[in-house]
Amino acid sequence: MSLPESSIPKQRARSGSPWTGLGAVIAKEMADHLTSARMRILEILIVLTAAGTVYAAMQNLRDSVSEDRFLFLKLFTAAREPLPAFVGFLGFLVPLIAIALAFDSINGEFSRRTMSRILAQPIYRDALLLGKFLAGFFTQALVYTAIWLLIIGLGILGLGLPPSTEEVARSLIFLIATIFYGGIWLALSMVFSTIFRQTATAALASIAVWLFFMVFWEIIAGILAQILSPVYYGFQEEILRQSIIGLTLSRFSPTTLYAESMIALLNPAVRSLGFVTPIQLQGAILGTPLPLDQSLILIWPQLTGLIAATILLFALGYVLFQRQEIRA
Amino acid sequence: MNDLVIETRDLTKKYGSFTAVDALNLSIKQGEIFGLLGPNGAGKTTTILMLLGLTEPTSGTVNVLGVDPSRDPLGVKARVGYMPDQVGFYDELTAWENLMYIAKLNGIPRQEAYKRIDAVLQRVGLHKLSEKRVGTFSRGMRQRLGVADVLIKQPKVIIMDEPTQGLDPEGAHEFLDMIRSLRKEEGITLLLSSHLLHQVQETCDRVGLFHRGKMVLEGSVDELARRILGGAYRIQIEVDQSTPKIEAALQSLPGAVKVSLPRANVYEIEAQNDLRTEALSAAISAGGRIIRLSMEMQSLDAIYTQYFKEVEHVSA
Repeated sequence: MSLPESSIPKQRARSGSPWTGLGAVIAKEMADHLTSARMRILEILIVLTAAGTVYAAMQNLRDSVSEDRFLFLKLFTAAREPLPAFVGFLGFLVPLIAIALAFDSINGEFSRRTMSRILAQPIYRDALLLGKFLAGFFTQALVYTAIWLLIIGLGILGLGLPPSTEEVARSLIFLIATIFYGGIWLALSMVFSTIFRQTATAALASIAVWLFFMVFWEIIAGILAQILSPVYYGFQEEILRQSIIGLTLSRFSPTTLYAESMIALLNPAVRSLGFVTPIQLQGAILGTPLPLDQSLILIWPQLTGLIAATILLFALGYVLFQRQEIRA
Repeated sequence: MNDLVIETRDLTKKYGSFTAVDALNLSIKQGEIFGLLGPNGAGKTTTILMLLGLTEPTSGTVNVLGVDPSRDPLGVKARVGYMPDQVGFYDELTAWENLMYIAKLNGIPRQEAYKRIDAVLQRVGLHKLSEKRVGTFSRGMRQRLGVADVLIKQPKVIIMDEPTQGLDPEGAHEFLDMIRSLRKEEGITLLLSSHLLHQVQETCDRVGLFHRGKMVLEGSVDELARRILGGAYRIQIEVDQSTPKIEAALQSLPGAVKVSLPRANVYEIEAQNDLRTEALSAAISAGGRIIRLSMEMQSLDAIYTQYFKEVEHVSA
């Protein structure tokens, strides 16, 4: 398909909808995901994680039921040694699940030799790729929604209180952020699945990128900031500028974007994700929670960033797949 | 509209500087079984992919069932069944589920799909195994499921890429029988590609021999044999003692193109028709005592080898 422009005889529009067969692909792929052993293992893992961390959090929270306005949000964020909080687990479980769902989505069809048979049916490639992506996306949305309901349910039973409207709203937006955070990794591992013909290579490449952002990007961002904006004299401005550059760089990582949305959504007392000078804090009553709309304004860039990255990565995979020769 | 089902004009596909298919003119009539023959890498699969609109031609035109596959690929793919070489299925699904997925992709309504799946599984003799996972199927069973898969959409044309590859001789024979019955009972036009010449020569009405992206020979096996080898039948008579008299008698037979003596006491007659009886009585009346009589049909292998010998001779 990689033809020089001049050799294409003339631009001809193709007839027929590119979405013919989309529903069939989604239904089949979702059924595959939900019945696969791979997905069952991950489901068990995440349900156990949720139950364990929420139970531990509840032990802590029982004593302070009457003091805290956002008790339910604490279920997600409260940690009890030695266990980290549930959201801490989500930060790395979500990419893992997304990668597991998609690393063999395209090259698996080639290695099973089903690709040419499927594409010989009256559907466009568009429907196959989008169907596979949406099936993965819906599958993880389903799993996280179930977990979310489970946690709220456990909370009602354990704490003996219903959640407030604001708590429900905040945790729902957090759920959406989680789903799109997964969407990024889903789209990424689909891109690798299109590039590499070996499923193992695609899985390893996805995991390498994940580890890079989880572990190394923070360090690299710090080093880059030092190089880009060195501190010569130790002025406050210099130090501040370096920190801002470091923070901006670290926001290129979806992990950072997700962590920041998580903090702002689940901890209403957070007023800023960057640096605040003492002058800016003048008149602020520390420790008072922000209303939901103010928290949303705070993390709006992060949320849209997560969604935009998902769409961009999917578009990249789309272009790669459209240009691919289908003969194995 | 004429009865041409597939027609290509100067169809060309280039991958960079490599020309996979070079100015191909192909026409296949309604109800025909056409064989695309040639060694691996001769451009057979590329041609097929262009017929289905799965690969864009570099230049030239294609017309399948009156539709241009690069313009309306869905229209072509809805009516043309394609069985790729080494057809693959989802191993973790049953035969029935695999077919159901294809039926859904073709937009066949549920009730109709149930009926068609039962019918095609019956047709290929897999109805007892419809609930079995395809992972447990043998090579031959997969190949038959491949045919069922193609028949689901009730195609007007079926294109099969190397359908007998990897089958044992008996399996290949059964498979080709099934293909012939498809044409006979449903009037489907078939396009087969293969590099196993002897297997397809008895199945195909016409064949096209591919070499380096060009179709170098086209016609029925008999026609090609006449054109390239001079005779379509090769009769061998072994006598106890060869004499010039017998040779003269054989040579004078009407229809005999060439008589030779490849081994001691064995005459080989190349003829345009079946001359066994005539040759036998001629040899006997010329005083020969017959030890053995045999006839071989012209094989595509021989045509192919002979043709490329000539090609190389010319180019050398």
